[in-house]
Amino acid sequence: MAKAGDKSGGRVKKGLKRKATAEEPQETAVAEDGATESGVQPPKAAAFPPGFSISEIKNKQRRHLMFTRWKQQQRKEKLAIKKKLKKEREALGDKAPPKPIPKTIDNQRVYDETVVDPNDEEVAYDEATDEFASYFNRQTSPKILITTSDRPHGRTVRLCEQLSTVIPNSHVYYRRGLALKKIIPQCTSRDFTDLIVINEDRKTPNGLILSHLPNGPTAHFKMSSVRLRKEIKRRGKDPTEHIPEIILNNFTTRLGHSVGRMFASLFPHNPQFIGRQVATFHNQRDYIFFRFHRYIFRSEKKVGIQELGPRFTLKLRSLQKGTFDSKYGEYEWVHKPREMDTSRRKFHL
Amino acid sequence: MAAAGARWNHVWVGTETGILKGVNLQRKQATNFTAAGQPRREEAVSALCWGAGGETQILVGCADRTVRYFSTEAGRFQGQQHCPGGEGMFRGLAQVDGTLITCVESGIVQVWNDNDKEASSDPLLELSVGPGVCRMRQDPAHPHMVATGGKENALKVWDLQGSKEPVFRAKNVRNDWLDLRVPIWDQDIQFLPESQKLVTCTGYHQVRVYDPASPQRRPVLEAAYGEYPLTAMTLTPGANSVIVGNTHGQLAEIDLRQGRLLGCLKGLAGSVRGLQCHPSKPLLASCGLDRVLRVHRIRNPRGLEHKDEPQGPQEPKKAPPEDTETDELWASLEAAAKRKLPDLEQTQGALQTRRRKKQRPGSTSS
Repeated sequence: MAKAGDKSGGRVKKGLKRKATAEEPQETAVAEDGATESGVQPPKAAAFPPGFSISEIKNKQRRHLMFTRWKQQQRKEKLAIKKKLKKEREALGDKAPPKPIPKTIDNQRVYDETVVDPNDEEVAYDEATDEFASYFNRQTSPKILITTSDRPHGRTVRLCEQLSTVIPNSHVYYRRGLALKKIIPQCTSRDFTDLIVINEDRKTPNGLILSHLPNGPTAHFKMSSVRLRKEIKRRGKDPTEHIPEIILNNFTTRLGHSVGRMFASLFPHNPQFIGRQVATFHNQRDYIFFRFHRYIFRSEKKVGIQELGPRFTLKLRSLQKGTFDSKYGEYEWVHKPREMDTSRRKFHL
Repeated sequence: MAAAGARWNHVWVGTETGILKGVNLQRKQATNFTAAGQPRREEAVSALCWGAGGETQILVGCADRTVRYFSTEAGRFQGQQHCPGGEGMFRGLAQVDGTLITCVESGIVQVWNDNDKEASSDPLLELSVGPGVCRMRQDPAHPHMVATGGKENALKVWDLQGSKEPVFRAKNVRNDWLDLRVPIWDQDIQFLPESQKLVTCTGYHQVRVYDPASPQRRPVLEAAYGEYPLTAMTLTPGANSVIVGNTHGQLAEIDLRQGRLLGCLKGLAGSVRGLQCHPSKPLLASCGLDRVLRVHRIRNPRGLEHKDEPQGPQEPKKAPPEDTETDELWASLEAAAKRKLPDLEQTQGALQTRRRKKQRPGSTSS
């Protein structure tokens, strides 16, 4: 009889759900029993052999059912534990132990010996006399040349234009297939202090070479997540000619210091901020996030920000001493994936 | 007091800020020594070598063309000599018989009377080796013989007591398969002991062995490694192989009998500036532009022994001393290799007024 069959089928399902602890394999006999009795479920204690797991059930439907039941039970137990803990905390009141901090990869970071101690005199001397010293002593002011790899497509060209509005005193030039090693002496003779080359692959920008010019270090970055102005939601109007502030977050190691100084030397060094624009280079887990905002202080503590400007993410691939010479130059740091990326909690910047 | 403190440094490292660092691997400490008490860029160390007469004196060649004498016994700089003439930094230093041999980048090799009481003395002997010298090395078996080589400057071996012509002048290899001249860029030279042979490593990633005793002036053996210029080289104990490092921080051991690659060492992230093997134990100290001094075990098993972060861009360093007491220290280092090395204890050793003791946390071996 179809009806009885359906009912028993339904009853079988409910029977499965109601049995919380004992997971019994349902057989047709049980179905018939379920059809006959009214509310009491006979505990067909067909105990499992030890070492049985749900994944061994061959029938997909039954297996799925068992799994959902198990999952619900787990969730219930977890909720019960949470409630219990909460009650205990309330009961203790002030004497409750502090809440445990959840583990994240950032706070599980492997101790890095190269993290710079702020009182370290050697590093301070090193930084006071390195290639950026003349910028930090206000002897030179930055003049940037922005260019791309040869034959750039629309996105890259627009990114260059937007970057030149973000970075003051910068000029965009078309590459024309010239060799970087030939461009660099010409730039130096025209008093440029930095060279930015945006590399493009398959119509999207994917790399950035930043070379400090007189004979400074050259950093090569991988660029990803590039968003041009029109792709940014809820953005403000275009940036003005004011010199932006810079925020450099989380460049703690010695290598991070060098890279941070490279970024800082792109912008004119002027502590009197005019215009409420700020460029942020935020380093987290070796990825550097670039954002450009306009801020306004509504009160002492409240700020409103509008994102202007392009947005992209950089990852350092190599830092080379001297101007661009990838074949014969000496590298201060090279990213080696098989040696450096073995631990998920070790970062280098 | 001070003597013991300076003597227990196993590896000496020179930096670009002018500080000479002595690293004690047993206690994982680096001690800084400066001539003037403050680091100065003009004193950037460009060449280091042991003085003659045991390992008690270190000659430090600085960027301002002075050679400073550092005594390991006393733990301080004891004198200096200004060596004008020619242009560029020092590329080689040596000491023999009370005279000092210097070589600068523009190719002027000068022999000075080792008398630092006189204010300025003219060089006893001056040789012009050719421009663009990258290295001058003294033969440890024959202290009067020096070898020089550089960019477009072929390997030449000079006898300082003999004539003004080189004893051995190497010839370039044959033109390559496109019939183009193979460029020359000798970056580092080593003399092989117990024979007259020399090994050079080039900026075009080749390792070449020359034999002045054989009739051919071309290299006897040539091996290539990698794609980047090789910047430093050292001989292993046993002298059948050399370890070379390139500008990407890759270290490789190359067998000189067959020209084969025996294996690589990993760990460095920056250009290798200095390599030195222990004379008898299979330990290698390496330093580079990534500001870290590493001690590697070369065989059984190949791996990193110890890492130290002296925090200054580093320059060539030196062999660890050979005293018996320090041999025991080395032995204990090896024994400790299997288990984790103890963390640095913040000891307050003997302090000198002019010395700043820097204590760095020691990292354990991998």
